[in-house]
Formats: sequence, structure tokens, C-alpha cells
Amino acid sequence: MNVIVCVKQIPDPATPYRLEEGTNWLIRPEEQILDDTDRYGVEMGLQLVEPSGGTVTVVSMGPAGSGQGIRQALAMGADDAILIEDTSLRGSDALTTARVLAAAVGRREFGLVIAGTESTDGYSGVVPQMLAEILDVPALTYATKVEVDEGSVTIHRQTVAGYDVVTSSLPAVVSVTAGVVEPRYPTFKGIMDAKKKSIETLSMGDLGAERAPEQLVLSIVDAAERTAGRKIEDDGDAHEAIVALLAERKVI
Amino acid sequence: MAGYEPRLDEIVFTLTQVADLDSVAKLDGFQDIDADTARQILGEAGRFFSEVMAPLNRVGDRQGSVLTPEGTVRTPDGFKEAYKKYVDAGWSAAHLSERWGGGGLPYIIGVVIEEMFKTANMAFSLAPMLTHGAVEALERHGTDEMRAAYIEKLVSGEWTGTMNLTEPEAGSDLGAVRTRAERQEDGTYRLFGTKIFITWGDQDLTDNIIHLVLARTPGSPPGTKGISMFLVPKFILDEKGDPGERNDIKVVSLEHKLGIHASPTCVMSYGEEGRGAVGYLVGEEHQGMRNMFTMMNLARVGVGMEGVAIGERAYQQALGFARSRVQGREIGGDSKDSVVIIEHPDVRRMLLTIRANVEAMRSLLYVVAAEGDHQIHADSEERRKLAGDRLALMTPIVKAWCTDLGVEMASLGIQVHGGMGYIEETGAAQLLRDSRIAPIYEGTNGIQAIDLVLRKVPVEGGAVVSGLIAEMAAELDTMSPHEDLAQFREELAVAIQGLGETSTWLGERLIAGDLRSALAGATPYLRQFGTVLGGWLMARAAVAALSAPSGFEPDFLEEKVTIARFYGEQLLPVANALAPAVKGGAALLDGAGL
Repeated sequence: MNVIVCVKQIPDPATPYRLEEGTNWLIRPEEQILDDTDRYGVEMGLQLVEPSGGTVTVVSMGPAGSGQGIRQALAMGADDAILIEDTSLRGSDALTTARVLAAAVGRREFGLVIAGTESTDGYSGVVPQMLAEILDVPALTYATKVEVDEGSVTIHRQTVAGYDVVTSSLPAVVSVTAGVVEPRYPTFKGIMDAKKKSIETLSMGDLGAERAPEQLVLSIVDAAERTAGRKIEDDGDAHEAIVALLAERKVI
Repeated sequence: MAGYEPRLDEIVFTLTQVADLDSVAKLDGFQDIDADTARQILGEAGRFFSEVMAPLNRVGDRQGSVLTPEGTVRTPDGFKEAYKKYVDAGWSAAHLSERWGGGGLPYIIGVVIEEMFKTANMAFSLAPMLTHGAVEALERHGTDEMRAAYIEKLVSGEWTGTMNLTEPEAGSDLGAVRTRAERQEDGTYRLFGTKIFITWGDQDLTDNIIHLVLARTPGSPPGTKGISMFLVPKFILDEKGDPGERNDIKVVSLEHKLGIHASPTCVMSYGEEGRGAVGYLVGEEHQGMRNMFTMMNLARVGVGMEGVAIGERAYQQALGFARSRVQGREIGGDSKDSVVIIEHPDVRRMLLTIRANVEAMRSLLYVVAAEGDHQIHADSEERRKLAGDRLALMTPIVKAWCTDLGVEMASLGIQVHGGMGYIEETGAAQLLRDSRIAPIYEGTNGIQAIDLVLRKVPVEGGAVVSGLIAEMAAELDTMSPHEDLAQFREELAVAIQGLGETSTWLGERLIAGDLRSALAGATPYLRQFGTVLGGWLMARAAVAALSAPSGFEPDFLEEKVTIARFYGEQLLPVANALAPAVKGGAALLDGAGL
């Protein structure tokens, strides 16, 4: 079985993010890194193809920059990459992203498409579902465990109360949560080998994909500053106040 | 303790703009290494060390390595698993020869990887550091059989190596070594004696440990001329080359130390059971001292690195604290609100002092590492010789200047925290405790200063020093067009001239045979030399940053210029203040009633 993993290059979250004036689009530096949440998908893909000897292809949309983030996925062991880079895609929203990814994924034969639940820079959290819809395959989301067996995939789908066990036929799209597997650290050899792996770069023209109707970011508001904490003085009944507080937050 | 995030931009900038990674990449065999590849490798290495090794720094300090009742060492929780990941990922072997299964990267990249390990976890990093030394010694002096049996496992990190020099009566003066080695009919030796201060002398990370031991054969001449080097495995290899019978080596005790608690410092007893520890001669008999110095030189650069590493960690720790600790009002502002202490000029000065010193030290470290690559791989004999001379000259400076500063910067890091820094929970205190060994081991900093003055300054009649000083002076020309660097340039010119004067003065003392005066000034001279080298390389960094090299954000480059200027305008000027101490002679030292 061949697996396709959707990944994203994002600006290093340890650095301050800046938005372009007017459009409110994220300014992307030359050096971007692999979104940490994508490491789980890549690892999952690698583990799933190991028994059958299939391939793992990573697919990504966005400005290539130095390509460091893509190579990080290849260094982990993915076999090759498809990168869709097109200036006309600047500022595109979740639907456009899903259309573009679907067009790219559709160029390959695959049993499973894996994605993270959401990216660390955009947080829309809907791309995997849209992607499945456009590819016309089942979407199995929020997986904390994934097993593939003879043409079907079974996941543990995380819920508020615990998890659901969901099974579907292949091919399918699965979105995985952080912690579904422990991502490996690339080996030194893997990093050097990654330099020789193929990264196919495609434009919108190559794909024949269309941009979806525009999403506009109208305004950006600073997050509210954190307010001071509340002190509960213990006159013997502090536990009741704490219980009430926890109940109010629906923790208990 | 705060975490550790390698400052990759700063590292890559120093590699490419200060240490000229390009010229190393052009050397035979290194074609795979360009700035992009370096960034990729170091980015992944940095992530590994910050995520896997840095969290174990505190655990290692708290638990320490301990001696079990069975006489073996147990490492702190998590060390064994982390070590396996480290070996599996290939980081131990990255810069070692492909011939032995290494990654074939230049030494300069290996240095950065090691720096990251040390910044994440200094105590842990000593195990591979000594292993690398053992590889180097076997590569140069071992027999083919020896290399076949041991070197690949050491390169991969599957086994570790140690250096056994010190004895209770033989510390800085190794001529007093008494451990004896008796030759057997089959050509092997049996060793008897006690070694102390053996770093990572035992551990539970690997299946075998390869000790390199200095000992005397019967009838050998006294002093260092009678010392030979032996390879003594913890487990003697069986016919298949796997660890077999336990050798007659015992860990008698572990030292209780000020810092680096995770690093087991062992008292080792060889031949205590009476049969003698089985050992194999490495290199020629009586050449042990010289051959051991193959390991010592690299190890000295490795220890110098600890000054950079501790300084970097102290900076990150202090910066994090200063950005979150609210105390006092803004000086010179109207607001009555309390501010985070990083707003206070004195706190900013402390942070900048740490950072500028760290970046100057890092520059010197990488430049020295590049010379290490040129020494072996440069295409002309002339360049190889120059690199060898420069490496030899700057090794004691890297070792002593960086480690002295490491202690000072760790101390300053505590100062930023105020009272909280003196409390162990904060994590700043561990850095100071860990840092304190670095000026002592691998040759005390006093020994380094003697090495610099007696052995390195006189090379080629002083031409190596004067050549380096001339090259420093040439940097002044590249600074001239930049108005922003005018004051820095002036300070650097004065500092270089001052270094020339003290160097000449020392040279004259040596020629006159007045060694006592020369050595009285050795330590301040080394400090002066290091400070000026730092100024030279920070000037190079400033000029490079002003030329807006690609691959770096404008904000980063602007900041780099500021840090370099701070070093040049405010730290470098102390260099010349050391001149009276260099040239003071021994009169006052001898006159004091000590």
C-alpha cells in the first residue's frame, strides 16, 4: 500500500509571526520548518508501509523557500515529495488548499492519505475533511490509533468521553492527532539521503486546479491580555470554592 | 531549569560568515557540505539535543551516576535510552571517517554537534568526547588488528572509550605515573595500578568500554620518556570479536563532585585480583605520552567548547528569567507600572555581556575547528602547515579563555536571577557548578598558559604569532568603510598593537632565558590573547553582517552588528589593561610572603 502524507512548511513557531499589511496574510520567511504536527503523520505513514513495502509520498502546498521543511519529512524516511508552489495561491483558504492537495494526491495511486488535524500556523482544522470530500473517499478523523488490514482501515477516533472505533474501506483520508505514534528522529544518514530524493514541484497550471472563491481576512485583533489570577483564601471552605470553579469549567 | 533551543541562525552565521565554512566545504571529500546542508543537519541535531538530552540535564544532576554494590556504575534515569537514540541517529559518528563507518562530515560540523550536546547536557557529552579521542588515538597509533577489532564500534558509539592518565601522585606531572605493564610471552601485557579521575570510567550504556591507559614497562626510563600507552578493554574480546571474559579492572569508588554529577568520575584499580588487567600496547613502547597527546589536543578543544556551551545555556536561562520576572519601575520612563527586569539597563548589560562573550568564543571555536580540517585536508603543504601551527597556537587559548569565561558567564547568569539564582530549583546554579571543572581538567588553565608561552609562542621564532597578528590587523581595513564601526575599529587597532607588544616582551624574556618572568605573565597573556582574538572575529562578523549575506533576516543581521559592537566597544578594551600583569615579571609574586 502506498501512503500520501499531507504536510506543511511553517515559520518556526519559536520566532514572532508577522502579517502583511492590507491582506493580513502571514509573511513566510525563506527558512520554514516542518509543522511539528505533521511529524506524526509522516511517522504513521512510515509505520504503515513498512510491512508491505509500499511508499510514502509527502504532498505540500505553499512557497518552497529553502525547502527545509519538506526535506525534514524526507529525512525521516518518506520516499519522495510533491510541492505545489504558485504565486496565485498566496493567501488561499482551506477550501482552495483542499482542492489543490486533492488534485496533487489524485496524480498518484494511494491506499491512504494521512494529514494532521490542523496546522500550527493556520488552525482552520477542516482541510482533511474537505480533501476527503473532493477525493470522494471516507474521512476518518482525530485518530489516536490507526491500523490497516486487507483493504480496510480502523482507527480510534478521539471523543470528549473516550474514543470511537471507526472502520472504513480503502482508499480513505485519516487525520491523526499528536501522540498517535512517537515520531522518529531523523538519522544523520537519513538527512544526507534526503538530499538525493525527488521533490516534484508543480504549478496550478500543471495541476489544472482552480482556486476557490475568496476568503478575506477583514481584521486582526490582538489576543486579550491575560488577566491576573484569582486567589482563594482558605478559611476552611476553600475546597468548596475550588470544586465550584472546576464544575463551572466543566472539568468535573 | 529552562530548556535549550539552539540559536541556529547564529550558529550558521558564525560557520559561514566568520569561520568560512565554504573553504572547508571545498576540501577533498567534503563536497556534500554547503550552508543549506549544514543548516539541515544542525537543525535536526539541535532538535534532538534540545528534546532528548536537555531534559536529562537536571535529572543527571539530581540523581548522579552511582556505584552499585556489584562495583559497576548505574547512570541516571533516561540516560541509557537517550544514549541509544543518540547512537542510532548516528550523531556520534557524524564527523568521523567514512572508512570506519562514520559520516565523513568535516570536523567543524562535528564541533557544532558536540557543542549542542554540551549545551544540552555537559556531563553526558563527556562520554562521546572521550570516545572520539580514543578513535583518534587508535586511528593514528593502533595496529591494523586493533583498528579492525575496536574502531568501528567506537566510531558508532556502540562502545565508549576513556583516557586513563592521572594517578594519586601523578596529576599535572604525568612523569610520575607508576602503573606498571608486564609483557607476556604472547605479546600482550598485564597491568597493575590505580588510576583516578577517570571520566566515564564505567557505565551501563554500552556492552564494552575501551580504556586507553598510560603505564610503565619494567626497566623503562624515568619521567615521561618511559611511559607507554595500552588499550585495556573492560571485557576481553572472544574469537568472534564480541565482549567475552571480564578483565581484571575494578571501579573502586566514584568521586563526590561540585558538578557534572551524571558523569561518573572513577577510581579504577587495574590488576587488583592479582592476574593483571589484559592490555595491548598502542604505538611504540615509551611513546605513550606523545601518543596520548593526540587525544589531549582534540579533547582540549572539546573542553574549550564547554565554555561556549555553558555560556549559551546560562544566557538562555537568564534571558528567560529576565523576560518574565517583574520587579521595579522603568528607569527614565513615566509609567508607574512595574516592569520585567529585562527593561533595566544593568540587567541588559549583564545579558549582553554573556551573549557577546559567548558569540566571540563561538567564533574562535569554529575558526579553530576549520583549521583542524585544513590541517588534514588542505591541498597544499603550505596551507596544511599553517593550519597545524594555528591550531596548535590557538588550542590552549580556546581551552583556557573559553572555560574561564564559561565560569564567569555562568556566575553572571545567576546574578541576573538575583536571589532566585542562588536557589537550586531555578537551574542557574547547576550551570555554575558544572562549569567549574572545565578550567581544571584536560590540563589546568595554568598549564594551558604555560603551553602557550613556552611551547607555542616560540614556534618559528615567533612567526606564527606575528603572522596571526598581521592577519588581525588586516581586518581593520575591511572595517574602514563602515562609519558604525569606527569606534570598534579604533579599539581593535589599539588592542592588536597591545598584543603585539606583550608578545614581543615575552619573546624577549624567553630568548634571555628568563622563564620565571615569562611564566609569571602567562595567564594574563592568554586572557589578553583570547580577548583580542574575540575582537578580531567579532569585527569580521560585524563586517559580514553589514554586507547583508543571503539566508539571514535583516533583524538578525542588525542585532549581530549590535552584539559585535558591544564586544568591540565595551568588552575588548580590557585586553590592554592586562598588559601590566603580563609584563610585571615575578618580583611581586615572589616578594609576597606566601
